[in-house]
Amino acid sequence: MRGRAVRVLRPAVGAAVLAGLVAAPWSVDDYTVALLARTLALGLVAVGVALLTGVAGLPTLGQTAPYAAGAYAGAVAGGRLSDVGPVQLLVAAVAGAALAVVALPLVLRARGVVLLMITLAVGELAVVLAGRWTSVTGGTDGLAGIAPIRPLWGLPVLATDRSRYLYTLLVVAVLTGLVLLVLRTRAGLLLRAGRDDEARLRASGHRVPAQVAGVHVAAGAIAGAAGSLLVTAQQYVSPADFGFDTSALLLLGVVVGGTASVGGALVGAVLVVAARDWLFGALPGQAPLVLGVAFVVAAYLLPTARSARPAPRRSTPTARPADAPRPAAMTGVRP
Amino acid sequence: MTGVPVDPYVVPALDGVAYGLLVFVAAAGLVLCFGVAGILNLAHGLLFAIGGYTAAAVLDGGWASLAVALAVGVAAATAAGALVAVLLARVATAGHLTQALLTFGVALAGGSLLVAAFGPDDPPVRVPAALDGSVAVAGHRYAAYRLVFIVVAAALAVLLHLVVRRTRAGMLVRAAVDDAEMVATLGVSPAVVRVGVLAAAGALAGAAGVLGAPIIGPGPDTADAVLLLSLVVVVLGGLGSMTGTLLAALAVGQIQTLGVALAPSAAPFLLFAAMAVVLAVRARGLATARTAT
Repeated sequence: MRGRAVRVLRPAVGAAVLAGLVAAPWSVDDYTVALLARTLALGLVAVGVALLTGVAGLPTLGQTAPYAAGAYAGAVAGGRLSDVGPVQLLVAAVAGAALAVVALPLVLRARGVVLLMITLAVGELAVVLAGRWTSVTGGTDGLAGIAPIRPLWGLPVLATDRSRYLYTLLVVAVLTGLVLLVLRTRAGLLLRAGRDDEARLRASGHRVPAQVAGVHVAAGAIAGAAGSLLVTAQQYVSPADFGFDTSALLLLGVVVGGTASVGGALVGAVLVVAARDWLFGALPGQAPLVLGVAFVVAAYLLPTARSARPAPRRSTPTARPADAPRPAAMTGVRP
Repeated sequence: MTGVPVDPYVVPALDGVAYGLLVFVAAAGLVLCFGVAGILNLAHGLLFAIGGYTAAAVLDGGWASLAVALAVGVAAATAAGALVAVLLARVATAGHLTQALLTFGVALAGGSLLVAAFGPDDPPVRVPAALDGSVAVAGHRYAAYRLVFIVVAAALAVLLHLVVRRTRAGMLVRAAVDDAEMVATLGVSPAVVRVGVLAAAGALAGAAGVLGAPIIGPGPDTADAVLLLSLVVVVLGGLGSMTGTLLAALAVGQIQTLGVALAPSAAPFLLFAAMAVVLAVRARGLATARTAT
């Protein structure tokens, strides 16, 4: 019953959200439009996080690393290579994918909490790097005054907040649509199979490591492209855009949207980031406290956060992740 | 040994030892949490910051104030660690994403409360007057406090090793890492072990925060910085190995001080490169290394 209702409602909700996003720049002020464009860029990173965390079962706190790589690569390409948006997007996506490749040896074999730990360290190290590699990134001051882009060769530059927002929306919609299409193919099926029962997938002759590598690099490319969109939207970039709190907000957005739903992750991230920005305006100084309490409440209330392990509440004495089975321990036979 | 040629790297190397031992004492708590409960405690940096702010508020240059700061800082951080455990107990059967959300929420809210209580600036920390000078080490002047800190932190490391290796509590912790169900059949509640471990982790982080305040001072960024360093060290050390964590912490200390002195331009990349190299070499054992010592 519920599943059918969701199936019917989902396209309708998707269309309504899209219509609202297209209409938004005509109903709010320029500042909010610029904020929305930034939020959409983060939403695209959340699409990659959902792809990794929900679809492939590889929880991550480190997508800010390829996001940052893409942002700086896009900004540098904008200054030295081309002011055409898709060119910058491509450079940024390649940079994000390249960073994901570099991180592969670290993440390939890890799962669960271990993976969260390693990806968080990678993400934080990327921020440290961005803050110290002054010759390229401008250090903690960042890169400011980045020139506006052209959407295509020969077209005028996007001089207004509204035009930049619409460009961002278009790119996010196209890339998210692409991800959704790919997930309907066999590749999507295999990813979910790997999440649900990796050993079985491996036993049936599938190359799970190649699959993990593929989805990790793809998510890196998506985050890289999102970085370029961030630069397009706000025309400056600094390490502050990629901090620990950004990773955590993304994770919350993905959990709010339903971890296995890519579209939901986009909407969830947009909602969470918008709520954060609104809180910072409404409660100056108090926002982190309220946000922190919101995280704790979300951990208690959100079904997707809790259902990662379907066991009844008080039956299992440990919080060991479900993906670390130890058959020897269960039988009491020790080698 | 005065009269030997002046070696410009003695001071950075010593600093690296002090820094590394500080990171070790801070990271040891994270290793315990992770090894026993499989918990990624994102509030761990906050526990260190609690100790640091306590030191800044209490220390007045006398020995008594150091003792008070240590007692108060350790008690507060222990309580905070236990609070995290109690909060986590309510979602004990939920997945790791829930742990990450919850502990991050605690970190965010707690950090905000600390800044509200102590202000947004980095407060100055006064070490005991007797240790405020410098001493001669191989012909160099070196801060006396850091030298004493090295001795104290090394003693703490040895003590930790003995507790985990030789005491009943340590044995239970190690047993809980290997087989929580079996520990439960011994009549020891794994939930109690978990609260104990998170409280102990808090105590370690609090002690590191108080004693290390003159080295990594308290401030709004302290919690994040310490969490990052601890994570890197725990990951490098093999995720659950105390000895590995100690070696990794000492290596990170040298990278952060000697590395900067030797190769200033490459310094930003060194930590990243070290982590990539170590993990690329020993990635096979990473996900399975789950022993507590």
